[in-house]
Amino acid sequence: MNNRQKQEEILRISGVNARKCMKCGKCSATCPAYDEMEYHPHEFVYMVETGDIDRLMASQSLYKCLSCFACVDRCPRGVQPFKLIEAVRLMNIRKQGNNHMTANDIPSILDDDMPQQAIVSAFRKYTK
Amino acid sequence: MQRIGVFVCWCGSNIAGTVDVHAVAEALKTEPGVVFSTDYQYMCSQAGQNIIKDAIRDYRLTGVVVCSCSPRMHEVTFRKTASQAGLNPYMVEIANIREQCSWVHKDVPTGTEKAIILGRAAVAKVNLNAPLTPGESLVIKRALVIGGGIAGIQTALDIADAGFPVDIVEKQPTIGGKMAQLDKTFPTLDCAACILTPKMVDAAQNENIRILSYSEVEKVGGFVGNFEVTIRKKARYVKEDICTGCGACVEKCPMKKVPNEFNLGMDNRRAVYIPFAQAVPKVATIDPNYCNMLKNGKCGLCARVCTAGAIDYTQKDELITEKYGAIVVATGYNPISLDKFDEFAYNQSKDVISSLEFERLTNAAGPTAGKLVRPSDGKHPHTIVFVQCVGSRCDACAEKGKEYCSKICCMYTAKHAMLTRDKYPDTEVYVFYIDVRTPGKNFDEFYRRAVEEYGVHYVKGMVGKVSPEGDTLKVQASDLISGKQLHIDADLVVLAAAIEPDASARPLATMLTASMDTNDFFTEAHPKLRPVESPTAGVFLSGACQGPKDIPETVSQAGAAASKVIGLLVKDKLTTNPCVAQSNELMCNGCSSCELVCPYGAITYIDKEFRMPDRSIQIRRVAQVNPAVCQGCGACTVACPSGAMDLNGFKSEQIIAEVDAICR
Repeated sequence: MNNRQKQEEILRISGVNARKCMKCGKCSATCPAYDEMEYHPHEFVYMVETGDIDRLMASQSLYKCLSCFACVDRCPRGVQPFKLIEAVRLMNIRKQGNNHMTANDIPSILDDDMPQQAIVSAFRKYTK
Repeated sequence: MQRIGVFVCWCGSNIAGTVDVHAVAEALKTEPGVVFSTDYQYMCSQAGQNIIKDAIRDYRLTGVVVCSCSPRMHEVTFRKTASQAGLNPYMVEIANIREQCSWVHKDVPTGTEKAIILGRAAVAKVNLNAPLTPGESLVIKRALVIGGGIAGIQTALDIADAGFPVDIVEKQPTIGGKMAQLDKTFPTLDCAACILTPKMVDAAQNENIRILSYSEVEKVGGFVGNFEVTIRKKARYVKEDICTGCGACVEKCPMKKVPNEFNLGMDNRRAVYIPFAQAVPKVATIDPNYCNMLKNGKCGLCARVCTAGAIDYTQKDELITEKYGAIVVATGYNPISLDKFDEFAYNQSKDVISSLEFERLTNAAGPTAGKLVRPSDGKHPHTIVFVQCVGSRCDACAEKGKEYCSKICCMYTAKHAMLTRDKYPDTEVYVFYIDVRTPGKNFDEFYRRAVEEYGVHYVKGMVGKVSPEGDTLKVQASDLISGKQLHIDADLVVLAAAIEPDASARPLATMLTASMDTNDFFTEAHPKLRPVESPTAGVFLSGACQGPKDIPETVSQAGAAASKVIGLLVKDKLTTNPCVAQSNELMCNGCSSCELVCPYGAITYIDKEFRMPDRSIQIRRVAQVNPAVCQGCGACTVACPSGAMDLNGFKSEQIIAEVDAICR
């Protein structure tokens, strides 16, 4: 996958239009994990917009994001920075191999305590 | 049979870039009735118009088709050209091959094909056109200005100055509007009251101006030059002509806990009140929601202390009907509600305030007599954080906020920051901005002065959240230049709230049949060339009701609107549009369908005697159109089940001929 394709894939997975960002920095202002990160939410958006994908995928900042959605809630432009971060994480996970899960695997791993959301989420993460 | 000339305009490359204009002229030559067809670079130019005039003469044309821009742009121009050459102006048809053709198509063959079809339709219509003669209507030489802020006051003063009577309708008890609440005004820092109150007094003393305060427009009828407006003068329970504004009633009123809207609820007023010392008219008003006498008949103190005997608890709303030649809308703006912005803790802390509240806090006539203190504990704030763009420049789909830039916030925030540093040098001032937008004469210099001379900390970034902790406000923000997240302990946070049109604007627009945009700002007739006129004839726009504006801009626009009104009122008569509805009495069956759909009330029914073939007399109920009121919208022609209604200039057979020509 070349850089351009990766960029498009991230935008496709996230459903985000990075061009809507007006660079106000409210996402980074609101982020509780700011100090832990190498690249901050507004930089995530900018790096995706400009196609600086490899550095982003290699960054440990991805895993510092708490998925608290504060940036999504407060972005005045509706850019949803978190969804981009999540999409980059998924790119990394999916890069590691083929499908980790098929629909046929589900009955064997189901148990009563498992929230349905976890199954859906696992599908999103582990299925290409 | 008509003798029609076709004139295809290139509009430089605007049309010629996507439409093969020679081919269009050539193709239309063979249409029925066409005796002459040509194309030219700029048909609206003097030379272009001469081509039309010469052709009318040389080819004895009876009809003209101009394939050019929208008729909204140049129909009037070409009608004038035709009439100068002796042709009835209503024998001119415009085929819009620019906005509806060349601008929306990308390739030449498609554009050309469509242009030919549009031209063909226009030719088919002209073949059935008949000369029309416009009528005349009288102009009532009186103007109505709706809204008594700086926009309305300035417009009224300028119209009155030209010698025409003007009424200002203001829904508050006093004129003055938002400007009366401001402290100083950028970029020269003169005090708002010092420059506004003389104008308010001028308006009150001008013999051509009548101020209808505490009043609202209830109903609008009529048309340009002849509007009939019903105004509700709300009961203020004080006789306006007797009250001297001495304030004795206010002093004695025992109901002291009424939130004072003039100070944005930051202090209280009495149930009987005068909004501020320089109010015009300086007359007391009793608030019926709080007055004990009006609520339960117990009190009556104000009536007892009023030496003039002006208090009247039995007063009722009064309806005034007046005729006007022109109407100016000057309904202004309001800051948006900040309730949805939880992240800034506006509803949690008294020390998070809006910029308009900050104006009142620093205003010598405000709740603190101009001393800048924290609303919560009255202490002097040592660190103030200003947040720009709160609710402005938001995404169209966002639930909170507006899509547009509110335009005035950058400048007033620079003003607030500068004045604070000037008066209280021990106070640190931070301004968080996304962009600093200061176009305007001496505006950027003003902002730079705040930074360079007064040491205001401008930080590129946004505040993410404000959390009240003890008596400080923890502000978490980003500094995008240094790449840091800032944590500031602030004493006061000021939010530059977006502005929106006043809530009264939308119902008013409906009454005036004036159009609005999605943000409820009034639409101008042309964004560049007719900025103070509404597309509805006789309705003009002044101030922030048309879009966010500062005071200098509002005053210039107010003057412009006034000059347009004066231009209308100096005319004794207006030519009316002859393209009005006409009913064929022989076909009319008196069903009233047209009367019910007519938005202008132009249709009435009369009983008319008809002589039948057997010489007997029959009385039948038939529709009659008042051509002075009819606006030619055509609703009645569609509603009429018997086909008796027709629109001059747009007769059903003409429309069908156009459709046939397109489908051919």
